[in-house]
This record gives sequence, C-alpha cells and structure tokens, in this order.
Amino acid sequence: MVKSLRKWWPLFLLPTALSFAFGFVIPFAEGLYLSFCRFISISNPKFVGVSNYVAALSDPQFSHAFWLTALFTVVITVLINVIALAIALCFTRKGLRGSNSFRTVFFMPNLIGGIVLGYIWQILINGVLTNVGQQLLALNTAAGFWGLVILMLWQQIGYMMIIYIAGLQSIPSDYLEAAKVDGATAWQTLWKVKIPNLMPTITICLFLTITNGFKLFDQNLALTGGAPDHSTELLALNIYNTFYARAGAKWMGIGQAKAVIFCILVICISMIQLKATQSKEVQQ
Amino acid sequence: MQREKITNRILTVFFTVLSLAWIYPMVMILMNSFKQGTAITTASAFDPVTAATSAGFANYISALTKQGFAAAFGYTLVITLTSVALILVCCSMCAWYVVRVNNKFCKALYYLFVFSMVVPFQMLMFTLSSLADSMGLNTPYNICFIYLGFGAGLAVFMFAGFVKTIPLEIEEAATIDGCNPVQTFFHVVLPIMKPTYISVGILETMWVWNDYLLPYLVLDSTKYKTIPILIQYFRGGYGHVELGPMMACIMMTILPIVIVYLLCQRFIISGVVSGAVKG
Repeated sequence: MVKSLRKWWPLFLLPTALSFAFGFVIPFAEGLYLSFCRFISISNPKFVGVSNYVAALSDPQFSHAFWLTALFTVVITVLINVIALAIALCFTRKGLRGSNSFRTVFFMPNLIGGIVLGYIWQILINGVLTNVGQQLLALNTAAGFWGLVILMLWQQIGYMMIIYIAGLQSIPSDYLEAAKVDGATAWQTLWKVKIPNLMPTITICLFLTITNGFKLFDQNLALTGGAPDHSTELLALNIYNTFYARAGAKWMGIGQAKAVIFCILVICISMIQLKATQSKEVQQ
Repeated sequence: MQREKITNRILTVFFTVLSLAWIYPMVMILMNSFKQGTAITTASAFDPVTAATSAGFANYISALTKQGFAAAFGYTLVITLTSVALILVCCSMCAWYVVRVNNKFCKALYYLFVFSMVVPFQMLMFTLSSLADSMGLNTPYNICFIYLGFGAGLAVFMFAGFVKTIPLEIEEAATIDGCNPVQTFFHVVLPIMKPTYISVGILETMWVWNDYLLPYLVLDSTKYKTIPILIQYFRGGYGHVELGPMMACIMMTILPIVIVYLLCQRFIISGVVSGAVKG
C-alpha cells in the first residue's frame, strides 16, 4: 500500500507543505536573516552583522520587559496551578453537588479572545480604581501588573482545572482505597498518593502556564497597552512596539533581533519541558 | 460521614458564590451595554441599569449598522470556517502520508512541523505579513492559506499521533479489496480519525476566531476588520470612543461563543484536554 501511496504526494502532501513553506519556513528563514540587517521593507535589507543584537540587548526597555515577563510568569504559574489543583481536588470529591455546573462556569473565560478579555477587565478594573480613589490603569503601574495577573487567573484557572481533573480521575481507585484501608488521612493521601501520581499532569500544566505567560500578547495590549510609559510592557508587546511604534529605520532590525532572542528563549523552555516529561515517563 | 456531608455543603455554598463572581465581569458588560453613552463612566460601571439611563437596544442597533459589527462578524466567520476546513482536510491527509510513507523527506518535514508549534508569532510577523502582501493573500478569502501554513504544526502533530495508533492491517485489507490510496483514506482512515477531527477542529476554531495580530498585520484593516480588530479599533482608534456600542459589540462577541460552548461542552472540554496533553 505504501508504494502506491508514494506517488500520490501532489494530492496528500503538496497543499499543506506548500502553505507551510509560505506560512512558516520562508518567513522564519527570512526573519532570521533580517535580524542581521538594517531594513524598512523586505526588498532592501543591508547586512550589518550583530549590531542589531547589541542594540537589542542594551535597550533598557527590553531588559525591563524581560524581567517583568519573568516575574509575571512566575507569579501566574504558581497561583494558577495551586488554585486550579485545589479546585480540581474539591470537584473530584464524592457527593459534591453542582460540581458539573461549576466546571462549566470556570472554564468559560477560556473561549473568549485575549483582546475582548482585556477590554472587559480594563472597564472592570478602572471602575474599581475610580471607586476606591486610585489612579486609573493608564497611570497606574502596580494596578496594571496585578490586573493582568488577575485577568490571567480568571482565564486560565478553568483550563488547568479541567486538565487536573482528568489527571485525578485517571489515578486507579485501588491506590486510593489501599490508602484508606491503611488508615491514611486526607492530607497524607494527597501528598503520598495523589500528587506523586499526578506528576505528569503537573508537568504539562506548569509548562502550559509558563509558555502562555511568556508569549502573552493580546491581553497585555488590550488591558494596558504597556501604559504608563512602557512600564507594564511584556516581551511580546515590546517586540511589537519596537517594530511598529518607533520611528527610524534602525528599529525594524532591532525588533527582528529581539524576536529571535525571544524565540530562542521560548525554544529553551520547550526543550526543558521535553526533558522533564521524558524523565518522568522513564520513572513510571 | 456526617463531617463529609457538612464539608460538601460548605464547599457547594463557597463555589456557588465563586461561580457568581466568575461570571460577574460578563454580567457587568451586559448591564453597561444597555446604558446610554453618557451614563457609562468608570465611576458608575457597577450601577445597574435604571429607567433614566437605559438605552434599550440602541447600542446594539448602532453597533450592527454604524460600527460595522455585522461585517466584522461575517469576515470572522468566513475566515474561521474556510481556515479550519482547509486545515482539517489538508493536514489530516498530510499527516497520514507522512506517517505511512515515512521516508527521509517526510521525517524532516514532520520535525519541522513540530518545531513550528514552538516558535512565537513575533518571530515571523513582519516577514509573514510582507510575504502575504506580495502574494495577494491579504483578503479574508485568501488568508486561510496562511492559517493552513501557520496552523499546520499542531494539526499535523495531533493527526500523526493518532495515525500511529491505527493498525496498518486495516488499510492493507482495504488495498487488497481494491481501494486506491484516496479511497482508502476517505472510506477507511477518515472515519476512524473522527475524534481527532473534532479535537483539532475545536482547538483551531478557538485560535482562528480569537486571533488578533495575524489578521491585523496581514489584512488591509481599513477595508477588512475581524471582530478582535474591530474591538481593538474602538479603543485604539481616533478621538471619541463610543462606549455604548463597544459594550454591545463585546456582548455580541461573547454570546455566540457561550451558546456554542453550552451546546457542545463535552466535545470542547475533551478536545482541549487531548490537545493540552499532546501539545
């Protein structure tokens, strides 16, 4: 069968491969090349070596965005996973009424796009800030940062909760019964039986939240747009602003260099994730 | 046992309150979408609608007729439907070919697909939008080819993961019975892969429907606005922001999503879970 299939490549392979070449491979290679160039459009790049990278790494706004993104990612990763796991543990209890409807409600914000979410929360947070006599988001860095954290909690807890519930339900019930027979308390069962068996799920959720935090763009753009004065700007938004919001021919190349650095960071996180999931699989 | 029951009661009450808080942001937008423009201020954002501030359905009518929501909805629908259909058909065929033929080229292509899942959009946003411009892929009717290219990574990965679990004997039996590869794919492989089609379809729909940056950079946004672009345009646009119609737009964006979600909840949740576990 494989032999006869091989000659059908124009039908099976070509459409996807061609679109993939134009939608990913060529722009990726071109982007890599342009990060070493000075350009305003792709038709007239001038090779300038690594000077874009030097400029990108010495840009204080970029390093500020990097540390802010790192802090933001740590905060949301911890909060989302702790809260989502706690809720998942409650919802897998026997005899809790209404847990299906709660699940439906908590998952809902996930389906709404980042831009819409950002504006919903901008209206809500500005309303709260006005009523407690604080400055609005456009002038308030702390509110901008924590607002974004709350927005992400609201959006992602439901998602991670669903994955944790699936993980908890796949723990063999014999384990839990054995623990009960041995007289383990609920607390002991949690730490000695449930969490060790949940490690693959926890790894998945940790990396999902880390990459989501690192790549966050839409919510950041819609909620604060980086205001006041780029102080709530995360990495992805910083790259976007370097490209499109700054005057001068040199910024395009610097933006592309920043994008390459950003890309390498995200790839590193994924490599660590791959290693972590593989080592977990060996243990089992 | 008595203690268990009491704990469950307390938890039910607690989660009921929390659920209400969870949907409050949407309820707040709903309230504001029925207010007159002058009554929507940051200080009164939480006040319920009263007879004095009510605008009836005026904001909705204005959003649909004057602010271009109907057109944006149409464009978003066209883009989502064509892109997801194209991704489902082309990527499942490609994944089957790649797994079954499995020569050097296929292996290299497969690793490239997996690699593309990791790369953030910012890496290629400029070059991709320039390329799309020069190739005339910048209308809502052609942008689906870009989505096929950029969305192929996840789709091929998920389909390929499933194809690997299908026993080769089934397809060989079909070949012996006289099916050519096209017939084998559409009559034998496709029906077996139905659950994966649903998962991939849901994940890609959620992505394309809500996507902002790709259509914003690729489409000529003075002519074609998708829903996220329209909502961003309200705030980022020039001069006076009409808050009432904007709230109505947000509501009309959320409502179809919520309805679809409530109707096919089980598929959506299981689709998302399988996507997360594999991705």
